[in-house]
Amino acid sequence: MQIIVVGCGNVGSTLTEQLSKEGHNITVIDSKTDRLKRVTDSSDVMGVLGNGATYSVQMEAGIEEADLLIAVTDSDELNLLCCLIAKKAGNCHTIARVRNPVYSLEVDFIKEELGLSMVINPEAAAATAIARLLKFPSAIEVETFARGRVELSKFRLEAGNILTGLSLKDISSRLHCDVLVCTVERGEEVMIPDGNFVLREKDMISVVASSRNIVQFFKKMGMATGRVKDAMIVGGGSTAYYLSKQLLAMGIHIKIVERDRERCEELCELLPQAAVVHGDGTDRSVLLEEGIEKAQAFVSLTNVDEENIMLSLFAKSVSRAKLVTRVHRISYDEMIGSLDIGSIVYPRYTTAENIVRYVCAMSNTVGSNVETLYKLIGDKAEALEFWIREKSPAVGIPLQKMNLKPNILLACINRRNSVIIPGGQDMIQVGDTVVVVTTNTGLHDIRDILR
Amino acid sequence: MNYSIIRYILCRVLEVEGIFLALPCITAVIYGEKSGWAFAAAMLLCLCAGFAGTRKKPKSQVFYAREGFVTVSLSWIVLSLAGALPFTLCGEIPSYTDALFEVISGFTTTGASILSAVEPLSRCCLFWRSFTHWLGGMGVLVFVMAVLPLSGGYNMHLMRAESPGPSVGKLVPRVKHTAQILYGIYLAMTLVQVILLLLSGLPLFDSLTMTFGTAGTGGFGILNDSAASYTALQQGILTVFMILFGVNFNVYYLFLIRKPGQALKCEEMRAYLGIIAMAVLLIVWNARDSFATIAEAFRHSAFQVASIITTTGFSTVDFDQWPQLSKCILVLLMFVGACAGSTGGGIKVSRCVALLKSVCNELRCAMHPRSVRRVRFEGRPMDQDVVHSIERFFAAYMIVFAVSVLVIALENMDFVSTFTAVAATLNNIGPGLGAVGPMANFGGLSVLSKYVLMFDMLAGRLEIFPMLVLFMPMTWRK
Repeated sequence: MQIIVVGCGNVGSTLTEQLSKEGHNITVIDSKTDRLKRVTDSSDVMGVLGNGATYSVQMEAGIEEADLLIAVTDSDELNLLCCLIAKKAGNCHTIARVRNPVYSLEVDFIKEELGLSMVINPEAAAATAIARLLKFPSAIEVETFARGRVELSKFRLEAGNILTGLSLKDISSRLHCDVLVCTVERGEEVMIPDGNFVLREKDMISVVASSRNIVQFFKKMGMATGRVKDAMIVGGGSTAYYLSKQLLAMGIHIKIVERDRERCEELCELLPQAAVVHGDGTDRSVLLEEGIEKAQAFVSLTNVDEENIMLSLFAKSVSRAKLVTRVHRISYDEMIGSLDIGSIVYPRYTTAENIVRYVCAMSNTVGSNVETLYKLIGDKAEALEFWIREKSPAVGIPLQKMNLKPNILLACINRRNSVIIPGGQDMIQVGDTVVVVTTNTGLHDIRDILR
Repeated sequence: MNYSIIRYILCRVLEVEGIFLALPCITAVIYGEKSGWAFAAAMLLCLCAGFAGTRKKPKSQVFYAREGFVTVSLSWIVLSLAGALPFTLCGEIPSYTDALFEVISGFTTTGASILSAVEPLSRCCLFWRSFTHWLGGMGVLVFVMAVLPLSGGYNMHLMRAESPGPSVGKLVPRVKHTAQILYGIYLAMTLVQVILLLLSGLPLFDSLTMTFGTAGTGGFGILNDSAASYTALQQGILTVFMILFGVNFNVYYLFLIRKPGQALKCEEMRAYLGIIAMAVLLIVWNARDSFATIAEAFRHSAFQVASIITTTGFSTVDFDQWPQLSKCILVLLMFVGACAGSTGGGIKVSRCVALLKSVCNELRCAMHPRSVRRVRFEGRPMDQDVVHSIERFFAAYMIVFAVSVLVIALENMDFVSTFTAVAATLNNIGPGLGAVGPMANFGGLSVLSKYVLMFDMLAGRLEIFPMLVLFMPMTWRK
């Protein structure tokens, strides 16, 4: 597809890189030469210098042929204006990033009346991701497929876990549980394992199972399965607000520590059920006084990435809480991962992923068959959901006879509301949706998994 | 430095060259020439080396600007080293140095020859000589990118290092598609010229080789007197197409996507056509006594101006016999060169315009020290970085030029010959004046001078920096 991305900041550049790798033709617009140059140097995209909300610049970027315009500049109003003009100039789909909570209450009206295809709020998206993690604290990451029927969760094998030293083919017989290990991260390496693969301590593994089975699986491993009862949030920005709203609705007790007095009072008005504490969240005595040792979940959402990481490290040392850390800017993902501070939420990835997912669904109608796409480990691995509409060489053959490309795993088959974790005898049929996990990129059709 | 990926791309380039070497083989079969075996041998060698080197995928995909520079300059060197083999193998150019000079002159679209007579060469040799112009004109790596699946963000670095011009932009988001469009336009224009030449009564072989020389703005002819013995109509066709191939290809793309208004507004093209018109008029006036009629004067001066400014280097008359002013104009045109993004060489019109404008700004600043000014080009302010890089490019150009002149001076020729020998090679033109004039050749120079001029040709085609980078020890450190 022809896509125009306006603004190449944090989200814009992540988005551009991912969409370009997926094989879309991207033109980026930015008003700053150096930012534009950085993006056009690292990805195979075209850059146009100028204000993306002007007709002439959009024409130069080829709005007439574009299928989609994504506005992710720093300013909400500019983004909306970009989309409006694009709509009139090129009649394409439009996606805008709108982060001001005042507008987000009116998202539906904006979408409807301004003709936007999607409005994305990075803070709200990050909050949703965090809330999902707190619902299921044993996993570090949780993704859902097939409208929530299949879950893919990632967790680390701690010392003493019964899975360590087990080869994968023995897991289901040992635990009597239908799960499939899709990816293993060992150090910086990401592997798609086969049946003889032996798990070790400290491995980070992702498993696929139906929602029911996954709970059993965690229970049998002796890991906590219930949601957390209370959560402590440091930093009272808009992500904290969205998160608290979602968590309060789930009946989780919330304590927000915020440095700024005025913001505290605002939050107090907005979230009457939450306990708002005025204090410096980076001060250990404040945290200890507020009972960090007893907290079941600890979410660090200050504006400084380094502070968030330090806070989580501290929380890890004094409590057994489920940790969630937000990292905005820093790009040393592997380093942060090796610190072992639980779940990390990168708003730029979450936002970019949401958009990429929309684009995937859109390009379904333009020839690709990918239903949804998830980036699993940074962008080292991805899980794709295909809808099998027609007969193809991959359909109707038992899996053990299929000649798959390396680093590809068929993680699950979803047939008429039942989830099958496939073994060698199973086969794909027309009408199924299948989830494929791979470290290769650029799969567009189920046929692409074959050699 | 990521050597494995450089090795991989170099071998890809060899493969492509191997495939193209099939063309002279076919020519040899058609004309029943024995020297075709040399091309077949070179083809096999290239294909074998290429296949051997591309079987193993590069270990890492890391690719930055410096890999881009090194890959491009090494590809051109490897390409020339392999392309020179058939000439020596079949014995038509016995010395390998001479063959290398001839082929580098071909690939860089210079058209400077070491042969005193080209007519004795076999048809297949003549064909390959001219075809190197066509391949070198648009760039070999651009071709590689257009047809081969070289994925990854690194191809922009390659394109930037190979394409001429101060700032290389894309036509469409993907480098691959951009390269395809460029080659599409190139191929179409080539075909049109071949057909026109055929219609004007030129035999097919002559039409093809002359078109290759024009399209790449190279200048190898297949007759000893270059283009002098063709009819006025044929010379007219050559003149028009030389000028057309010297225009920025973005202009044609704009025509292609039906934006002729924007295409005609192109400031560089206007400056380029303006310079041509001025130069032709001045030469017609100045050299009117050398010709029988004004029409004749116009025809020859237009041909010569087009040939020199686009850095092609065909000739219809011995312009060394013209009056001083006309000769000086031609020498200056050598430096101006064609438009950026065309197949021509030289400093490029856009750079000259930008330099001129920045000099004007400097003058105004001398009058009003506090005034703030930006160089405007193509209707918008030019990025300050681009202006600076143009100035630095000009400086580097002059340094390479000066050093080369010093070395060539060892030949002990007269000043004009020494000066224009370097000017004609560094700017990828071909013939200079005096001892290296249109009716003479480079064959009499020493081996050292030949290698210096070969370097100049490559440096001129790749716009100096990629070649200079090779000499920095820092480049080769791991």
